[in-house]
Amino acid sequence: MAGVTDSELKAMTQEERVDALGLTTEQLFGRSLLIEFNPDEEERYTYPWAPDIFYNKRVEIDTDELSTTELNNKIRSAMAEGNGTIVIKNPRGMHSVGVGILNRLTLEVEGSLGYFAVGLIDGPNVRIKGRVGWSCGENMMSGTVVIEKNAGSTFGAAIRGGDLVCRGSVGSRTGIDQKGGTIIVGGDTGALSGFMMQRGRMIVCGNAGKNLGDSMYDGTIYIGGEIKSCGVDAVPAELTDLDKAWLTRKLQQYELMPDKGVDHFQKIVSGKQLWNYDNLEPNEKKLIL
Amino acid sequence: MCGIAGLIHKGKSSNVGSEMTAMLQALKHRGPDSTGFAVYGEPTEGDYIMRIKCAEREDMESGRGFTEVLAKRISDVEAILKEHKANVKAKEEATAYALRYLLSHDGDTEDMARHIEELEGVEILSLGNGLELIKDLGDATVVSETYGLGDFQGTHSIGHTRMATESDVDIRSAHPYWAFPYNDVSVVHNGQITNYWIKRRQMEQKGHRFMSNCDSELLAVYTADNLANGVSLEESLTRSIQEIDGVFTYLVATKDQLGMAKDSMAAKPLVLFESDDLIAMASEEVAIRAILPQEIDTTDPYDEEVRVWQA
Repeated sequence: MAGVTDSELKAMTQEERVDALGLTTEQLFGRSLLIEFNPDEEERYTYPWAPDIFYNKRVEIDTDELSTTELNNKIRSAMAEGNGTIVIKNPRGMHSVGVGILNRLTLEVEGSLGYFAVGLIDGPNVRIKGRVGWSCGENMMSGTVVIEKNAGSTFGAAIRGGDLVCRGSVGSRTGIDQKGGTIIVGGDTGALSGFMMQRGRMIVCGNAGKNLGDSMYDGTIYIGGEIKSCGVDAVPAELTDLDKAWLTRKLQQYELMPDKGVDHFQKIVSGKQLWNYDNLEPNEKKLIL
Repeated sequence: MCGIAGLIHKGKSSNVGSEMTAMLQALKHRGPDSTGFAVYGEPTEGDYIMRIKCAEREDMESGRGFTEVLAKRISDVEAILKEHKANVKAKEEATAYALRYLLSHDGDTEDMARHIEELEGVEILSLGNGLELIKDLGDATVVSETYGLGDFQGTHSIGHTRMATESDVDIRSAHPYWAFPYNDVSVVHNGQITNYWIKRRQMEQKGHRFMSNCDSELLAVYTADNLANGVSLEESLTRSIQEIDGVFTYLVATKDQLGMAKDSMAAKPLVLFESDDLIAMASEEVAIRAILPQEIDTTDPYDEEVRVWQA
């Protein structure tokens, strides 16, 4: 890979790129390439084929009469033309907007989005002035997403990185299967939030519904309000000075700092009684158990 | 998957027929099999509106001989109306198998309804002073145009787009369900009821009738049973969360109320918009935006949440 430059990669077709990167002989389609970064090369934060964008170059897209596919293709064309700030107007609850953006970008949404908004993103900074439906930011890998109003259920399901912020309240099962990153909620969250959480942190300034952190493997949940009930194996832990410093920094960053500070936050972690770290295959487990 | 929608105007009538059509058309991707509307016009004191279906679509395609069978069923219905001294003021045929009667009647409507449903192949879709229940195969625009719903004026409405999972694609399994024999009560549901057969047997032992094998019908019968025992709509919705198992979000409309209930897992979606004069709710925000394109604030009700609004 060291012998291939970025500009050469950009000029290649998908198949040529796979071959040049020596990734796999399997035929891959779409954006399913696995990228391996070379530790010797200079630090790089974008995918090799990601177009160069300029944040000051701005374009507005009106969603009237556009289908989801057409809108998402327009976003990609706009990025290819070097636009670093894309404004979406009149989305009116449209589903799957901005999914799979794997590049630096400022995406501003002047309205509300439906299901699966900005899922699978890696890099963009998204600002949504309205609300979002179910599964916003699902599988997000990096970047920041800030929603001004409320969000639906499964907010930030399986996110791996980045900051996913909702200033309002969110639905149930927030951060289900969270694998990294930070989820911040200004209001309340519903039942089974943090269910099977594996890593990362979740901050909820308001109340949490029943079965918070049920069956969580790892990770940390901070709740500013009341907890209706904790789920199986989710246990309270001491809020350390390090936690307080981190909470303060994160909440100040997104202007969500409660008037009474962060000292009252409750910290929930995994009791680690439900599982073990043995990494055994099921058939091996039978031998031991 | 299914899509549900509801809207209620406070203290005034509006074109709920076209509003609900737009909402359900926006939810078409959640269920293209059949579409149903329960629309509530200004109550007609003393007069009743009865909507019936005398056949399924597949019956209509069964051959020339069925025309005579259908005509016989309709004449039998009208003979029963006459027997119960119900005066037919108007009769409309939206399709060959779906009829709307405007009746004046002083007697026991429940007795009359039971008598009519003794006829093979005949089902009363709705009976009441304000409720008109329309359901058929196809998307919202097709059903709305077929039944002339475009200019229907009323205070509130609930609707459903169905993706058949548990029972057949036919009109008897389509929503909404009328809470037989309770006038003006209708139900739409998105979800799956897992103790359906247990509760159905309990209801059948109490004398309630089931016209389909669709689990959603249970909610209509369950609501009717509660209302018949003097239970309020809000209390019935609250009890259902404990007594009905499964994942569900459902809406119930009465002559002047609209209610919602969400199960304890909160597994089925509902987005809610509330203002001083209009409350609108749907499985997805895109349906609410079909009638309110401007920027609005919406919320997701939480698990075990029950709400009731007055028209």
